[in-house]
Amino acid sequence: MTIAAPAPPLAPTPCRIRRVARETRDTFTLELDVAPSPVFRPGQFAMLYAFGVGEVPISYSGDPARSDVTVHTTREVGPVTRALGALRRGATVGCRGPYGAPWPLDDARGHDVVLVAGGIGLAPLRPAVYALAARRAEFGRVAVLYGARGPADVLFARDLERWRSTADIDVHVTVDAGTPTWKGNVGVVTGLIPRAQIDPRRTTALLCGPEVMMRFAAEALRARGVPAASIRLSLERNMKCAVGWCGHCQLGAAFVCKDGPVFGYDVAERLLAMREL
Amino acid sequence: METLERILSGHPFFAGLAPRHLDLLVGCASNVRFKADEFVFHAGAEANEFYLIRGGRISLEIAPPGRMPLVLQTLGEGEILGWSWLVPPYHWVLDARAVEPTRAIALDGRCLRGKCEADHDLGYELLKRFALIMEQGLQAARLQLLDVYGAG
Repeated sequence: MTIAAPAPPLAPTPCRIRRVARETRDTFTLELDVAPSPVFRPGQFAMLYAFGVGEVPISYSGDPARSDVTVHTTREVGPVTRALGALRRGATVGCRGPYGAPWPLDDARGHDVVLVAGGIGLAPLRPAVYALAARRAEFGRVAVLYGARGPADVLFARDLERWRSTADIDVHVTVDAGTPTWKGNVGVVTGLIPRAQIDPRRTTALLCGPEVMMRFAAEALRARGVPAASIRLSLERNMKCAVGWCGHCQLGAAFVCKDGPVFGYDVAERLLAMREL
Repeated sequence: METLERILSGHPFFAGLAPRHLDLLVGCASNVRFKADEFVFHAGAEANEFYLIRGGRISLEIAPPGRMPLVLQTLGEGEILGWSWLVPPYHWVLDARAVEPTRAIALDGRCLRGKCEADHDLGYELLKRFALIMEQGLQAARLQLLDVYGAG
């Protein structure tokens, strides 16, 4: 009998792009054919390699129940994400993963769950919403609070509408800057937190977005009575190896790639408060 | 039908107020409705009310000359609209417009200013509550200025 050697952790697997979808002006989604498709848990990330350019960590943004495809949504902010965004259907990228600590959905059973997302931060939370919707009866009230820069920057608009109308999920969307045709909320996402119908003492909060936004959101949740340990946030640092070897993503005593990216606010609060980190 | 007294006493903004102060507030309160696109107040006009929004949505706007009005914030059910009635010279700084049919309880600021001068305990209680609204507005404005979603 021959036993196949496990793939080295830093070796990417070539994956064919099944579909590229432009989400907003500067965000896009890649659907990748991966055989066999890796089993990921909401909140985890993969390393995607644009050959000849470089490798970046990108969260899974698709339905964790789908086994035929992996989905990643990201924003064009640097050479690698711009190169990935320029690829078309049929092109090949390198993939490795999943990596990192997931959202603690099992711990949230029986609790209300509030998800607070800002900008591209909705992408790492979308798998969690899919999972919550699939196991809806296991949770109390579920609320998605989402903030974007402007109406044209609202990500996954159809999903937001579907969750609101069919998945028994309370969805609130706001934009920082409105336009004359925008009829929705205007203001920062933290302003939506008082609207979430939750029992603060029995609530799990999942936060993802710019760090400043998460700090303000975490404090607003705490002001409502949600314990710090029940507030989880996804941190972003300069991840390179994704397996805790290189140290690029070190944050205090933690490696974001291995110990995170999802941390409890009871741990993250003091790390975020240190300028030197 | 809910009475004004019951609505005000059950609202978090007024939580903890002494019954005699609540009675004073009820005496200055009235139900109001706004149609979609109707202005609640205009910048520069005298500010003599504040509003507890019961349903619908109000946008706070500024109209720079020669440009489209800019919506700075929207307020919805349960939120408090307006604090210029409390700060001299008692003029609105922004326009407020109903985005959709909106009902609210209006509280007469002119009446309340007089009662606050006569009863400083009431004045202090109201100032504490409005200081929180102002602080939240200031923090929100700072976050908006940071343009956190546009950075990078």
